[in-house]
Amino acid sequence: MTSDAVRERDWGTPSSHNSEAPCCQHHQRFPHGYPPQGPQEIMKLKLPNPGLEDRILNHDELERLEVEEAGDRPKWDNKAQYMLTCVGFCVGLGNVWRFPYLCQSHGGGAFMIPFLILLVFEGIPLLHLEFAIGQRLRKGSVGVWRTINPYMLGVGIASMCVSFLVSLYYNTIIAWVMWYFFNSFQEPLPWSQCPINANRTGLVSECERSSPVDYFWYRETLNTSAAIDDMGGLQWWMILCLISAWGVLYVCCIRGIETTGKAVYVTSTLPYVVLTIFLIRGLTLKGSFDGIKFLFTPDLNELANPTTWLDAGAQVFYSFSLAFGGLISFSSYNSVHNNCEQDAVIISIINAFTSIYAATVIYSIIGFRATERFDDCLSGNILTLLNTFDLPEGNITESNYQEVLHSLNSTNSDIISNLNLKTCDLNSFLSEGVEGTGLAFIVFTEAITKMPLSPLWSVLFFVMLFCLGLSSMFGNIEGVLVPLQDLKVFPKSWPKEVISGVTCLVCCLVGLIFVQGSGNYWLALFDSFAGSIPLLIIAFSEMIGVVYVYGIDRFNEDLIFMIGHKPNIFWQATWRVISPLIMLAIFIFYFSTIVTKEIFYIAWDPESENFPTLEKKPYPSWIYVIIFLLAGVPSLSVPGTAVFRAIREYCCKKHPSAPVQEIDSVSYKVHIQDVEPKSQKSQKSDQKLYT
Amino acid sequence: MLAGVLLLIFLPPLVAKDLCKDSQDGFKVRLSIKTGLGDDAYEWNESEMFLFRSTLAYAMRKHSNQDTYTIDNILVCNDTQRVSFVFVVTSTDDPDQLIPKEQVELAVRQNKHRINNAFLLSDMTLEFMGIPPTLSAPIIYDTEPWLIVFGVVIGAVAVGIVALLMSTVSKKRRAKEKAAGLSEEDEGIVKENGTALSSLGRKEGVYNQAFSNDDRFTKL
Repeated sequence: MTSDAVRERDWGTPSSHNSEAPCCQHHQRFPHGYPPQGPQEIMKLKLPNPGLEDRILNHDELERLEVEEAGDRPKWDNKAQYMLTCVGFCVGLGNVWRFPYLCQSHGGGAFMIPFLILLVFEGIPLLHLEFAIGQRLRKGSVGVWRTINPYMLGVGIASMCVSFLVSLYYNTIIAWVMWYFFNSFQEPLPWSQCPINANRTGLVSECERSSPVDYFWYRETLNTSAAIDDMGGLQWWMILCLISAWGVLYVCCIRGIETTGKAVYVTSTLPYVVLTIFLIRGLTLKGSFDGIKFLFTPDLNELANPTTWLDAGAQVFYSFSLAFGGLISFSSYNSVHNNCEQDAVIISIINAFTSIYAATVIYSIIGFRATERFDDCLSGNILTLLNTFDLPEGNITESNYQEVLHSLNSTNSDIISNLNLKTCDLNSFLSEGVEGTGLAFIVFTEAITKMPLSPLWSVLFFVMLFCLGLSSMFGNIEGVLVPLQDLKVFPKSWPKEVISGVTCLVCCLVGLIFVQGSGNYWLALFDSFAGSIPLLIIAFSEMIGVVYVYGIDRFNEDLIFMIGHKPNIFWQATWRVISPLIMLAIFIFYFSTIVTKEIFYIAWDPESENFPTLEKKPYPSWIYVIIFLLAGVPSLSVPGTAVFRAIREYCCKKHPSAPVQEIDSVSYKVHIQDVEPKSQKSQKSDQKLYT
Repeated sequence: MLAGVLLLIFLPPLVAKDLCKDSQDGFKVRLSIKTGLGDDAYEWNESEMFLFRSTLAYAMRKHSNQDTYTIDNILVCNDTQRVSFVFVVTSTDDPDQLIPKEQVELAVRQNKHRINNAFLLSDMTLEFMGIPPTLSAPIIYDTEPWLIVFGVVIGAVAVGIVALLMSTVSKKRRAKEKAAGLSEEDEGIVKENGTALSSLGRKEGVYNQAFSNDDRFTKL
């Protein structure tokens, strides 16, 4: 009887939130504390969003939370941990093996122009947006979108799905890196020479026809089957490597950012050390400057090609690891007055710098390898000529090769034509543009075998790749674990260690797909479809959600509260118009390319005619179901959840006697100090007094 | 008379040359001294050829276990600037008869490393056309090196997981003990406001008659 009165008393909190009715309240709070001022404010596009006030902490509550350090959310030990974690998440394997290839194939130095322009207009605004919204709403991706509007929960769920799918295959790549790392502790390196066949008569045929590095990668590492249909069975050595990869990840993520924050001191800084060592080593090798020159020689004609701009946009987007939800999570552990604008700019600059630095290092080594190949090719030709014509050694050198060949051709052209001399062209060796796993596991490993002290360089290189991959995995796993906790998938009583353990175990078991014989093809499939289209949709929805559903005005107010000044015209323009348009353009391009083009995969088939060239094979028809699951399910969950929720609301309205569900408001949930026990005991005492 | 003497002197080499040139039992040899030794390359001259013939004679001796082979049993021809030539081996009993190809091949194969070392060359730079180099035996490890490194890494991971889990468990236990200890302390200070009903239930609790619902004494 008097309990209602008791509860309605103000317990001294400045908030006047009424925790009873979920939708009605008796003060209408305006975003700035004053009513809309004039027509221009009313005309600003803002979608209706009732109840937003109830779902978020207002600025005073945030300040209180900050000062009293109440609340049970984990926190960063210091700013450096946060910066290193974000840098580690953004800087990943793509900076090392995708950017250099794009740079070289799209006009070298000229590629910097679209890359930097799109970095400024697409990357930085999106990054700032994610940081700011996470820091303001202090929740993971699912929590943030549910808070902004319950109908936008789908965006959070989509982020979680994408993070999950990407974690699966990304850790398999780390498992491959670990396998190469394990095998680097021997001299000579196992991929430097072909093994001898069973009856000791010669080298293994598959190796002899291709090359030792190809053989080691495709046969001894992957044991790849010839087609994606052919499952090929589980490869036991890869299972061990997969277990070790997930084990290391579990140790680092066991308690969330408490343990991750310590691990990033090593995983985020070591790659830079190794890159510098490789740069110094690379510059002392013959041919490295040719490689760097080849990389950066600008070809301004490429700027007219729209593919260049679209590839640059896609690279900026994927390289920042946006839309995974991890960055929102990391930012939510910050103090409320952290300068997220400065952080976004700094991290973007570091990311761009790392891409360019890594490209320089990679191409110095590729230049060395190409020069070695060219020299080998030329010496082979010279030797053939010397042997055929019994000329003394040293008669034909690299300098006079062309003239001698010419003179011999004029006199004995028929013999020359029978010799099948190879054409040796340095540029063709340099532009054997390789990207992705081929760059790391074939091209670079071959270059390492030609350097003195190969095991040392091999160990350093694979440690660097391991650290790059692991620090990105921290963000991916964060993007899976925090939504799972927010969605209450696991019982609350389970400790954090058990939740992360169960997640890692499930991912490890599902990841066994990728250690089969056809695992490599599955991985390429996942990479093309799970990690591309859904992210673009999520990012676009994020921008629309924050700018138009949450409200750009409220967002500006929040930023004034958090960092002290209103974001300037650059941010306003990019958030409202420019960045969403760029995302839309990239999405339309990607979607149309995938839908119209016939998709195929490249397979290592020793029985094919063009072996050792990889063979293009079409996908079997059942693959389209898998592609739909990979790309369609996360993308469709964005509108799907909204529809599902609308249907549920509609059904709920029809039965008003349905039990009152958990109230979705702040003071019900946030246990600020001793409000709860206070209310309990005062209730009891009051009851006794008034009985 | 003089002609006859001259013929006698020059006939053997001429005959020898014919034996060498047209024979089926000869092997072509090719040396790539500059490629193999670079700046330390020596010049190919008669003395080096002498060494070659003597090493081949040595090889034949070892193979046939006959100490009768001499340098004169090894005939050389088709000498080129490339440093390549053809050689044949004559039999010790009959200088006009040649040792068959297979025998010579076996002899060379058995002693290839000695022949290589005499010239500071390798299988790539001292080639006998038609005799492929024997492949070196593959290195067989007792335990593969990668398994050792894997064991180290997995061991470190397991130790890390156990240590972290133990520290969590011990932290929780300490927190529980602290909470239990605190409520014991509270017993002395009568602090109704701070204790919930559940903690009172564990111990005797303070019996405060003012708030008691016990109506033992107020039976009507």
